[in-house]
Amino acid sequence: MIYREAGQFRTTYAADQRIFPILQDRVGMVLLLAAAFVVVPLTASEYALSALLIPMLVLALAALGLNILTGYAGQFSLGTAAFMSVGAFAAYNLQLRLPWIPLLVIFVLAGLIAAGVGMVFGLPSLRIKGFYLAVATLAAQFFVDWLFTKVGWFSNYSSSGVITAQPMAIAGVPIETPVRRYLLVLSIVALMALVVKNFSRTRTGRSWMAVRDMDVAAEVIGIPILRTKLLAFGFSSFYCGVAGALWAFAYLGTVEPQAFDLQRSFQILFMVIIGGLGTVMGAFLGAAFITLFPLFLNWLFHAVLRGGEVRAGLLSQLELLCFGALIIVFLIVEPHGFARLWQITKEKLRLWPFPH
Amino acid sequence: MAFFIEVLVGGLLAGVMYSLIALGFVLIFKASGVFNFAQGAMVLAAATTYAGLVDMGWSGWLAFLAALAVMIVFALLTERLVLRPLVNQPQISLFMATIGLTFVLEGASQAVWGSVVRGLDLGIPDTPLEVSGVLISKFDLVASGTAGALVVLLASFFQWTRTGRALRAVADDHQAALSVGIPLERIWALVWAAAGAVALVTGLLWGSRLGVQFALTQVALKALPVIILGGFTSIAGAIVGGLMVGASEKVAEVYLGPIIGGGIENWFPYVLALLFLLVRPDGLFGEKRIERV
Repeated sequence: MIYREAGQFRTTYAADQRIFPILQDRVGMVLLLAAAFVVVPLTASEYALSALLIPMLVLALAALGLNILTGYAGQFSLGTAAFMSVGAFAAYNLQLRLPWIPLLVIFVLAGLIAAGVGMVFGLPSLRIKGFYLAVATLAAQFFVDWLFTKVGWFSNYSSSGVITAQPMAIAGVPIETPVRRYLLVLSIVALMALVVKNFSRTRTGRSWMAVRDMDVAAEVIGIPILRTKLLAFGFSSFYCGVAGALWAFAYLGTVEPQAFDLQRSFQILFMVIIGGLGTVMGAFLGAAFITLFPLFLNWLFHAVLRGGEVRAGLLSQLELLCFGALIIVFLIVEPHGFARLWQITKEKLRLWPFPH
Repeated sequence: MAFFIEVLVGGLLAGVMYSLIALGFVLIFKASGVFNFAQGAMVLAAATTYAGLVDMGWSGWLAFLAALAVMIVFALLTERLVLRPLVNQPQISLFMATIGLTFVLEGASQAVWGSVVRGLDLGIPDTPLEVSGVLISKFDLVASGTAGALVVLLASFFQWTRTGRALRAVADDHQAALSVGIPLERIWALVWAAAGAVALVTGLLWGSRLGVQFALTQVALKALPVIILGGFTSIAGAIVGGLMVGASEKVAEVYLGPIIGGGIENWFPYVLALLFLLVRPDGLFGEKRIERV
């Protein structure tokens, strides 16, 4: 009854090409953004902002990045965390060595550096496919980790290899409180999500999908494979790089190379798969699920076993077990992820409450 | 020169240990097309079960059989609860499911046996043996002997038995295999059980080397360059790849390491494998991929 598109005619090409062609979607989006930008900062506690929402948004950004590569262009990668790491260390070094560059420009530059590194490690994708490529991208993971640990210049010769992000300020306004950091992250993420949503409908975006569906066929119809694949790697790594920079600057403050290990790559891959491959919304839903669910499990186990004598570490092991099992169950029940569930919900909503 | 040979032999023997893990990966990929990330966790689970039982006072053989039984039950459960419902899903979903499986195994084996480091003594002396001026660890020799025997066993099983032929048929084409009446489910359970057995042997050998602990799962990461080097579908490739990775890694660490700062063991095999892949995109012995539009 509420979610009806009857009577909404698209009379111009512009109307036909809108991102949200249905009025209700537009209203919903505006409400969602309003809630995220206005209601959340006013109501959420500092803990919720800095320990839940900021990491969730940053990881959603990284998931968007991986989604470009895996969901749109069909190339497996297990090196996501490495590109985040490049972004974080690039931003730190830029800020350290060229302090006069404005913060936002630094984030962009860090993303571009990550994009360059990503394109280098994406070169093998021209020859290697599928799981061979996935394993090959692990080279990025281990190499970057080693580089930042061994070469002192990157961490400004700090003895432990840990970098401490400089305090953030935009146009003289310091960004220190959780609310300000949250708003900064949210603005960047929202903007970049909009770009993906649009970009996937451009010529390049369409050629990514053609390559994903079958790269030989794509080559036959005249899509330049080299450029398309490298662009996907570059774009994806740009997103991951910015996410890494935000992880260091807006979330943790201090970062070590090991913060971006293989587990992080897997975590982001989980977000993309559980959210739904090739959807923007999926990246957000997946990120929310993967960051919040372990916290829920933690809370649940503590609530259930309160007072009982439990061996140290047993809880975290049980959580790991449940998390793994849940992922398998989820893959079996809904292999297309949350985005597909949302689509089904929308189909149902169209008819509700009158089924005929 | 003697030093170089010593490094090389040490690397080759370590490479055999990598081959063992790679073998588990290859077995499963060959028969079911699943890239089984859980192989490392299976090694951990098998080794902790064995070590835990021995610590409880069981005799070695009994513990070995019990651990084998645990791995077989795990294989049956995996086939029934994970693989069967996921038939026909894209490969990446299956891969993610095996990562989920990794978490389950890691969580379960540590929850049951605790996360302490256990020593494991197989009664093989780790004394150096001198062969024409080159020192070779006796333990490494036994390990590579075991690995060699296991490979011969598996290869002849694949080659000559009825079940082995069925396995190869399944690897070639699931649907065709099904349509000539090969029981796919049973084959899968079998192959996972075989991979479980390989994991147990691997876990015992690596475990007596490193101690039975969580770090055993990391050993699996060492095997990944081995399988992309050798090809996902080739048992021989796992062996050759393992030897190449082991040898080149040690040689590079000794000769190249000091120049660029050491600790390159972690990524060097990957870069090496990557360079090989640029020339042969399906690994050295992998099946050629024929692409049609």
